[in-house]
Amino acid sequence: MSIKQAEKRDDAVVRFVGDSGDGMQLTGTLFSDTSALDGNDIATFPDYPAEIRAPHNTVAGVSGFQVHIGKKIYSSGDKADVIVCMNPASLKSNLKWARMGATIIVDLDTFTDDTLSKAGYKENPFEDESLTNYNIVKAPITSLTLKAVEDIFTDRKSAAKCRNMFALGMIFYIFSKSTEHADEYLETKFKGKTAVIEANKKVIRAGYNYCENVDVQQTPLPRVDISTAKMEKGKYRNITGNIATAWGLLAAAEKAGIPLFLGSYPITPATDIMVELAKRKSLNCKVFQAEDEIAGICSAIGASFAGNFACTSTSGPGLSLKSEALGLAVMTELPLVVIDVQRGGPSTGLPTKTEQADLNQALFGRNGEAPCIVIAPSSSANCFNWAFEAGRLALENMTPVIFLSDAYLGNGSQLFKIPAMKDFPTIKPPFAKPNDPNYAPYKRDEKTLVRQWAVPGMDGLRHRIGGLEKSDGKGEVSTDNENHAKMVYYRQEKVNRLAERLPLQEVQGDEDADLLVVGWGGTAGALTSAVEEMRNEGKKIAYAHFNYISPLPRNTEEILRKYKKIVVCELNMGQFVNYLRMKFQGIMFHQYNKIKGLPFEVGELKAEFNKILGE
Amino acid sequence: MVERSKTELTKADFASDQMVKWCPGCGDHGILAAVEGIFPKIGYKKENYCVVSGIGCSSRFPYYVNTYGFHGIHGRPSAIATGVKMANPALSVWIVAGDGDSTAIGGNHFMHAIRRNMDVNFMMFNNRIYGLTKGQYSPTTKQGQITKTSPFGVLDYQLNPGELVMGVRGTFFARAVDVQTKQLQDVCDRMAAHNGCAVVEILQNCVIFNDGAHKDVTDKDTRDDNQLWVKHGKPMIFGKNKDKGLILKGRRFEVVTIGENGITENDIFVHDETTEDTGIHIMLAQMRPPEYPMVFGVIRAVTKPTYNEMFITQQYEQMQNSKIKCVDDLLNSGETWEIK
Repeated sequence: MSIKQAEKRDDAVVRFVGDSGDGMQLTGTLFSDTSALDGNDIATFPDYPAEIRAPHNTVAGVSGFQVHIGKKIYSSGDKADVIVCMNPASLKSNLKWARMGATIIVDLDTFTDDTLSKAGYKENPFEDESLTNYNIVKAPITSLTLKAVEDIFTDRKSAAKCRNMFALGMIFYIFSKSTEHADEYLETKFKGKTAVIEANKKVIRAGYNYCENVDVQQTPLPRVDISTAKMEKGKYRNITGNIATAWGLLAAAEKAGIPLFLGSYPITPATDIMVELAKRKSLNCKVFQAEDEIAGICSAIGASFAGNFACTSTSGPGLSLKSEALGLAVMTELPLVVIDVQRGGPSTGLPTKTEQADLNQALFGRNGEAPCIVIAPSSSANCFNWAFEAGRLALENMTPVIFLSDAYLGNGSQLFKIPAMKDFPTIKPPFAKPNDPNYAPYKRDEKTLVRQWAVPGMDGLRHRIGGLEKSDGKGEVSTDNENHAKMVYYRQEKVNRLAERLPLQEVQGDEDADLLVVGWGGTAGALTSAVEEMRNEGKKIAYAHFNYISPLPRNTEEILRKYKKIVVCELNMGQFVNYLRMKFQGIMFHQYNKIKGLPFEVGELKAEFNKILGE
Repeated sequence: MVERSKTELTKADFASDQMVKWCPGCGDHGILAAVEGIFPKIGYKKENYCVVSGIGCSSRFPYYVNTYGFHGIHGRPSAIATGVKMANPALSVWIVAGDGDSTAIGGNHFMHAIRRNMDVNFMMFNNRIYGLTKGQYSPTTKQGQITKTSPFGVLDYQLNPGELVMGVRGTFFARAVDVQTKQLQDVCDRMAAHNGCAVVEILQNCVIFNDGAHKDVTDKDTRDDNQLWVKHGKPMIFGKNKDKGLILKGRRFEVVTIGENGITENDIFVHDETTEDTGIHIMLAQMRPPEYPMVFGVIRAVTKPTYNEMFITQQYEQMQNSKIKCVDDLLNSGETWEIK
């Protein structure tokens, strides 16, 4: 047996695909966590169907998990270097994600006439030319798994459940990873089920050992050594965008010194935020699973009126249902954070896929003149900071804030340097003073136009608010024309003036760049990689990524007027670029849009930027 | 749980300085007077009352009573009130909503607030019409009635709010009449004392668009014969001469006259508001003239833990037992590693 020399590389993309019940999410997570522990930077992204368990061995039932590991990682990567396919349907549907020359590991045992036909293959792909550009590793995963655990399990069903661990063992071999973390994980997860723990551990080793010996059979299996990241000192963890969002909200509540209230209704892909917060009763977090989306936001508005930091989490169709109530929150000028984890639309659309097409809805989707603050996180990890910021802005400005995350950020995971809460600012909501004789519901701070928060139960501040237009200051029901004009102006101006207190928009790259790349929200990973690679190739290119959408940073126009060419990239038909066109006339914008339910790929972005540079 | 007032309060403490803009003769005036009168007697600190409403004539109520108030959007007052109560369980939360708010656009929220036994008081002003939009039928309008949107008669089968409350096993249901102030106040007092979601259906007259909708039971001349006011532990006796009563024959109630056919007071069915089983309570809620009197007063008042109590218990347990006491604990929990 020859000892293979591992090839040194800066990064690699590994994709695990199988039937929905094959445990691919777990396999991928164990690999990414192991890599992170090993010092690699990581990003992951699950690619799963909307159905829970679609028919076995069909393309509809394929579930995947992509892991990008390396020295410095911004996104979950474009095409995969290694794909593990647990059945023919996985191969059929995921071949498009393999780069030329990629290693594709298949479970040979699953390739029968029946499964091939269920996957939609007319010919056996091993016998035609469709796979000639790839390095195919045909491993009898199922039979070797069964063999490995024959002394532990007598029933085939329990034994076959360990198949995913065989694949994990193979990947560990390829990337020279230790099985230590996976072993520990299994011991905790299946505590008390000794047989399950032993079987899974054994199968991981069987997969690993199989690879060590497989070269005897002349199968070309790569060995890769991924450079470790040069990361700042500190404590790290892996985190998904949805968990980071939930924790950011908790952090804001803690810094404001009031309980967090979440009124929500389950909806893909936002549900995980609610699921996470439901566990956090010990932090005085109150999660109310409402009867529908409307009750979710309405209960939050009630909780806000009564003095809690109120939030509601949803995805596109849910935001539509919440529109009327969001208008009520604008009218009553109460703090509220609305989390929208965007998915493919319209209507039910693509529930598990990513898109940025709710921007127009967030900006304009309400009756009347109803401005909200709109912000967007730009990485799974920074969902924490931006959710905190959403809370700060809502609570200090007495206004609803819409937080536009997306399925890619929400479900994807990243390394997260654990912050310390002492480094976050205290949040100071403008609470009214009990028995203040000068209190009036719509009396505003002269500079910020923010009204005060008088909470039921406070002495001497009884008042009424609601959806009807109120008189300036005193807050009585008013249908006076001039008063309405004034109040409409105040509500808009309150949001506009916030820009004066927000940080300036940053631009990476050359002042005199030939092209300014503009993005917003969840696309930062691929955009950063594309811009960085092109700058390394000597192109003069700059990049501005927007997190504050409404109001825009006050130097936005100044930046945009500086560059000869601008391209705005987003996962919709051009909602942000049209917003910029509306705000800043006379600027020529290129736009690059993708509406496939998929994130950007670095390759396509670079091709587009080069094309614009060459024009 | 709600803090009591340290000083004696009067009606004036709850009178608002706003002009009341309901039509002259509207039943809402009577309900407002009753509430202003009973809030000081209930005795909570005046800042701890919170009135939440939906949309419609009745939903202007919060502006006319001097408490903390929230005028919501159509159909959603129970959802808003749920948030208020969960955010601050020390408040006495009162929902004011019409029949449309409660049973049409807000039917979903109404049903679930009751099902959860959310600790709020729900006053449903049932005038069996949409008043503020000028006279369209509601779910509680009688079948066949001519309204703006039913020029040839309503086709919908009429909804009986009491049956809905029982259907989701509500813990408290009462019925009252807008202008019968004393009895309405007694019901409000009972609602305040009830732990859980207390619903009262108030038969309220809309003088403009549905005048006399409840006439068959509220008409002064005949009401004693058509209204049965039930009291827990007391026989179900009614009638001008207090000589009529209900007996249970097989699975049906029957109206009998005391002194006729050998019937004595001892034969009359005794009201038990506390039975968990909804059977009898539904039968009572369904009764209508001419066969039966309509039943008023507290029909059902069952003791069951409220959502809010159970929520607080869970929260307390977690606060005591969880190792995660602050966000720093949470951030550092689970799988983490150090880069040196």
